[in-house]
Amino acid sequence: MANDALVAVRGIKKSYAISRGGWIGRKRGAVRAVDGVDLDVRRGETFGLVGESGCGKTTLGRCILRLEEPSSGSIIFDGQNILSCDPGRLRELRREMQIVFQDPYSSLDPRQTVGRIIAEPFMVHHQLDRAKLRTRLEELIRVVGLLPEHLNRYPHEFSGGQRQRICIARALALNPKLIIADEPISALDVSIQAQILNLLVQLQRQFNLTYIFISHDLRVVRHFCDRVAVMYLGRIVELAPTQRLYARAMHHYTHTMLEAVPAVNPLLKKERAPLEGDVPSPINPPPGCTFHPRCSHRQEVCTKEAPALAELEADHWVSCHFPRME
Amino acid sequence: MGQEEKILLEVKNLSTRFQTDEGLVKAVENVDLHVFSGETLGLVGESGCGKSVTALSIMRLIPEPPGRIVSGEVWLEGQNLLDLTEAQMRHVRGNAISMIFQEPMTSLNPVHRVGVQVAEAIRLHQGVGRKDARARAVEMLDKVGIPDPEHRYGDYPFQLSGGMRQRVMIAMALSCHPKLVIADEPSTALDVTIQAQILTLMRRLKEDIGASILLITHDLGVIAEAAERVAVMYAGRVVESAQVIPLFNDPKHPYTQGLMLSVPKMDQPVPADKLLKSIPGVVPNLLDLPQGCPFQDRCERAFEPCSQSEPSLIDTGGNHWVRCWRYGE
Repeated sequence: MANDALVAVRGIKKSYAISRGGWIGRKRGAVRAVDGVDLDVRRGETFGLVGESGCGKTTLGRCILRLEEPSSGSIIFDGQNILSCDPGRLRELRREMQIVFQDPYSSLDPRQTVGRIIAEPFMVHHQLDRAKLRTRLEELIRVVGLLPEHLNRYPHEFSGGQRQRICIARALALNPKLIIADEPISALDVSIQAQILNLLVQLQRQFNLTYIFISHDLRVVRHFCDRVAVMYLGRIVELAPTQRLYARAMHHYTHTMLEAVPAVNPLLKKERAPLEGDVPSPINPPPGCTFHPRCSHRQEVCTKEAPALAELEADHWVSCHFPRME
Repeated sequence: MGQEEKILLEVKNLSTRFQTDEGLVKAVENVDLHVFSGETLGLVGESGCGKSVTALSIMRLIPEPPGRIVSGEVWLEGQNLLDLTEAQMRHVRGNAISMIFQEPMTSLNPVHRVGVQVAEAIRLHQGVGRKDARARAVEMLDKVGIPDPEHRYGDYPFQLSGGMRQRVMIAMALSCHPKLVIADEPSTALDVTIQAQILTLMRRLKEDIGASILLITHDLGVIAEAAERVAVMYAGRVVESAQVIPLFNDPKHPYTQGLMLSVPKMDQPVPADKLLKSIPGVVPNLLDLPQGCPFQDRCERAFEPCSQSEPSLIDTGGNHWVRCWRYGE
């Protein structure tokens, strides 16, 4: 993989212990939420992480910020392994990586003014004197399309879209290099989603940001991301430049998932054969390729051996024994 | 496809309001709608536009107080539902009209077996015995594509996935052969592959039992996929209605036009600058609507009449209706 990576993820695994029935703590099991992920996020790109609920995309995002402690693997951020560096250094690195969450209602403290909310990163990381802080806050609030007088108000006075702008201003406060946006527009109304997406596009250009965009909305991902990784049961099953992935998906899961997306055009109503069945439980994933129980192209080997993620064509990685070829 | 064009449900001049601490919320204002026999009418709009309140008003499920249906008529097969007693209405719900909600986990009873819940609906509404009800419930579970329905009959809701729970809800809604199914965001909480399964299932079952569907959603993709005719709501009003193809190909109301442009499409190239055309501003506060058209503040084409009085629904030809001053004389 290329070495212009801002983030290099290698062999990340994260499992959660669970107890299943019986006496307390008796039958122990583990959910393998992320099960061996390798990926590079390049400087300045928007990297999409897609998959259905429970596929591990959010957990992977949180591992990259070390908000979750991965069970194994390494994460190199800007040349430094954030899983092995000392707490002081981690604190410094954290300034450069920020996260914007899905729900702008629960991610803002209702008892603090917007000004205090956006100022908090400065309090945590380094002191700015009062006058400079005020100027910086006004700058930030303008950058996200709000007004300086909004700094004195409380979150409840704002709509969902405006709150998400406040969250973005807070994420931008310390001039980060990387922003992980975890479903940042899913909770918003359709007409507001476009406003926030446009804001993210403009900010990326203005501040040279790298985004990891976690989403289940495949139409938005197609529009917004440069490269996309598709996750299924904790693993990446396909990774490719967006246009290529949408035009020529090689993994059968990616293909059926993309086919399932309604086109927003009644003339393109699809008589599709929808993917049968549900995502299996990550507590007890199927052997071999974890997608095989739902795959119409499975053969015997699929039930026994897990396929490796391989670069089948330039920059197009697929994990399938019998990929779709055209 | 409603060839005979027989009207099954007709909503006339419906207004529903809620008394809140902050004031009177006019959630639904003079809404006119009709659903033909056998058709799927999509009701689309953003949160707070009144689409769910319209559905709940039709079902007479508005909590009163604080809510109240202040005017209108809801005609279903020669009966004005708003004139019925609560006892008569209870007979309509579940028999003639049934409802599917967004989150099946909250609309199924968590402490009862799913099969028993379906059977109970059948027993209550069809007046059949326990044994028959059980057999019919198993048959319905099978019809909605639940594998091994005899076995699944005894499962509790938490043992099923979201998609399976939604199938149970659909089984329950269809078990009494309703004439009209009101589906409020039936696929919104589900993953995309499961959403496709549910939409396909609903279409198939609708054709099987010949019901009409009032499909409520904010997702234009779902509308394009599943609806035959569409009504667009904004700030408690129907602002446009048309057959689905003209609505998408030639939207007339500036709000509908803006909405269509603000959504990324799967079948169109992504612009190089990655920018979407967004509608400026936010949905107006229903407590304090401006005089005139409620969309005027966000509208690129607003002109004088828009701030003076509210336009009425105008037929622009071919049953394409729009509530906008730019179209009327």
